[in-house]
Amino acid sequence: MYKEIIKILLVDDDEDDRLFFKEAIDELGMNTSLSFFENGQEFIDFMKVPGQALPHIVFLDLNMPVKNGLECLEEIRNDKTLKDLTVAVYSTSSSEQDIENTFIAGANIYINKPNSFNKLKKVIKKVLELNLQYHTSNLNKDTFLLNI
Amino acid sequence: MKLYLKYDVQTIFRKILEEQLNTLNIKYEISGLGEIYFDEPLGIDDLKQVSTLLEIYGIEIINDHKSQVVQRVKEAITEIVADSSILNNKKMSDYLSERINYSYTYLSSIFSEVTYSSIENFLIIKKIDRVKELLLTEFTLKEIAHQLGYSSVAHLSGQFKKTTGLTPTSFQKIVKIRNSK
Repeated sequence: MYKEIIKILLVDDDEDDRLFFKEAIDELGMNTSLSFFENGQEFIDFMKVPGQALPHIVFLDLNMPVKNGLECLEEIRNDKTLKDLTVAVYSTSSSEQDIENTFIAGANIYINKPNSFNKLKKVIKKVLELNLQYHTSNLNKDTFLLNI
Repeated sequence: MKLYLKYDVQTIFRKILEEQLNTLNIKYEISGLGEIYFDEPLGIDDLKQVSTLLEIYGIEIINDHKSQVVQRVKEAITEIVADSSILNNKKMSDYLSERINYSYTYLSSIFSEVTYSSIENFLIIKKIDRVKELLLTEFTLKEIAHQLGYSSVAHLSGQFKKTTGLTPTSFQKIVKIRNSK
């Protein structure tokens, strides 16, 4: 059950951010697999391929060209196959209104982009551990909200 | 038109087990949330049948010892959260240890190894999940705090904010708006 690999998807247009994220995950020592998408459209197109396995969690950058995070999020929540995906949005904004709006739009997790590598590792670890609990312990996913 | 439902997982689980197991011709007894006793040991074909029947409902047979231990800890904690009087003034660690028949050190170590988390942390997550459920009903914060064994509303709000990053009020507001969309 837990020896299962945690499948993570990251949607971020910035190459440095993607690398940073990958390094943080690699250092966590958890059993994970990570895939990248450079924009929201690529991600949605990929997920809509029939028979595509759902990841355990998607990390979505709020600020992206082509399709920004919020639009992506709304499309996910309105799609039959994708609507139960666990989505973690991250953004540089820490405004309470932005945070609330993101949750209202359907995000499970709101991450205020940390400015240090160690903080990033801590945040991702907490998110992955909590998400694992939601997948395995009879918790209510509809009210899975985390602001971190 | 929208209908709001409340449900009890224990009842649902039990009913499913009964319905499915009754289609086989084997004597069984359901004990607790996650255990079935069979008078006679099951043959491989029967075991496979049971497994297939339950699979459609997302119910799995747990094979390895460590996962079983973790499952029993989770069940015990779920019960404690649903009704804190079970503890009867005992410390949670003592209660778990007595009930599952292993030292608390052993239970903690297996739990952390299998779940990447600690028993104490799991208890908090379960409690907060229950708080969220209650926040969407007519109960006041004061009543919820009392029901779950928090010493005060401040204590509950503090733990809620620490665990979710949101205040109980923010949470209520967000879910209300979400549900009205």
